[in-house]
Amino acid sequence: MVIGERKPFDEIMKMLEGVKKIAVMGCGGCVTVCLTGGHDEVRVLSSQLRMARDKEGNPIEIIEKTLERQCDPEYVEQAEGVASEVEAVLSMACGAGVQFMAERYKDLPIYPALNTTFVGGSKKEGYYVERCQTCGECKLYFTGGICPIARCSKSLLNGPCGGSTNGKCEIDPEIDCAWQLILDRLKSLNQMDRYSSMMPINDWRTNRDGGPRKMIREDFQR
Amino acid sequence: MSDFEPIVVAFCCHYCAYGAADLAGSMRLEYPTNLRIIRLPCTGKITPVFLLRAFEKGADGVYVAGCLEGDCHFIQGNLVAKPRVNYTKKLIQEVGLEPERLEMFNMSAAMGPRFAEVAREFVQRIKELGPSPLNKNYHIQSDAA
Repeated sequence: MVIGERKPFDEIMKMLEGVKKIAVMGCGGCVTVCLTGGHDEVRVLSSQLRMARDKEGNPIEIIEKTLERQCDPEYVEQAEGVASEVEAVLSMACGAGVQFMAERYKDLPIYPALNTTFVGGSKKEGYYVERCQTCGECKLYFTGGICPIARCSKSLLNGPCGGSTNGKCEIDPEIDCAWQLILDRLKSLNQMDRYSSMMPINDWRTNRDGGPRKMIREDFQR
Repeated sequence: MSDFEPIVVAFCCHYCAYGAADLAGSMRLEYPTNLRIIRLPCTGKITPVFLLRAFEKGADGVYVAGCLEGDCHFIQGNLVAKPRVNYTKKLIQEVGLEPERLEMFNMSAAMGPRFAEVAREFVQRIKELGPSPLNKNYHIQSDAA
């Protein structure tokens, strides 16, 4: 899932300066799962905003709403009723959701309440870790299901480097050396032959270096 | 400020603090009338939204009273509540309220005197902090005076 972190409260307050009526718009997708932008978080942030503005003697009216997803036009459409009533929308979706909202509601300012941080998963409840850098050229077949791009600090394709000590990375003793993990796993899978062949230089054109990406399923095009 | 009578919302677990409040009453123990007790099935029910709403509605102080650690009727509800209360302290601090206005206490149903003591101490703490800037009733009264 896409992981996001809530922006500092002061930054959000600054974005809303001079605005009297807003919608705080949650997203029922990834950010609900990672506990940063779902229904509950909408209620928490709205409550905080109302209190902070009340305290300043400059109250703000807030409509709280959570869409199924903000990265899908058919759901973004459902915000229409709310959008016509407010001066701005504070979106608690990831960057993609904010932009889909902005594309649909052209005359309405859409502000982000989150910093979109990475693609990852939950190690346990409330604890999220990065696992994918969306490089567009998956190498997990060769590396025992452990991604060297996302999990090696240097994104080395033929590691480990000299900074690997006791299975940990030199940048932080808390971080596992991805290549140590890969080696251990290939050994246990009896696939060490995959380690002995050199991996060629990465083609970063499939990553962001080739410009904004798109994916099209032809059978769905009408 | 000396006549300030705070509104304190106490979220009490049915299996301990609520029973302790009952016991305090049976024992004829005196505790401040500033308390507004809300009974919960377990403090594990508490979420930051509940606590924030209390402050938003003008509570000067809020506390959560759950079972002694290790004694939760639902095994670990009170251990779920504790970090949530701590997290909410940060949330109210962002808004500009003192984090001391929110606290979590642990007690058993047999601790009537402790319930009264906690109530007295907490109300005293809130009196010292003064009214919450969101307590509209107090501010309206003092403006009129």
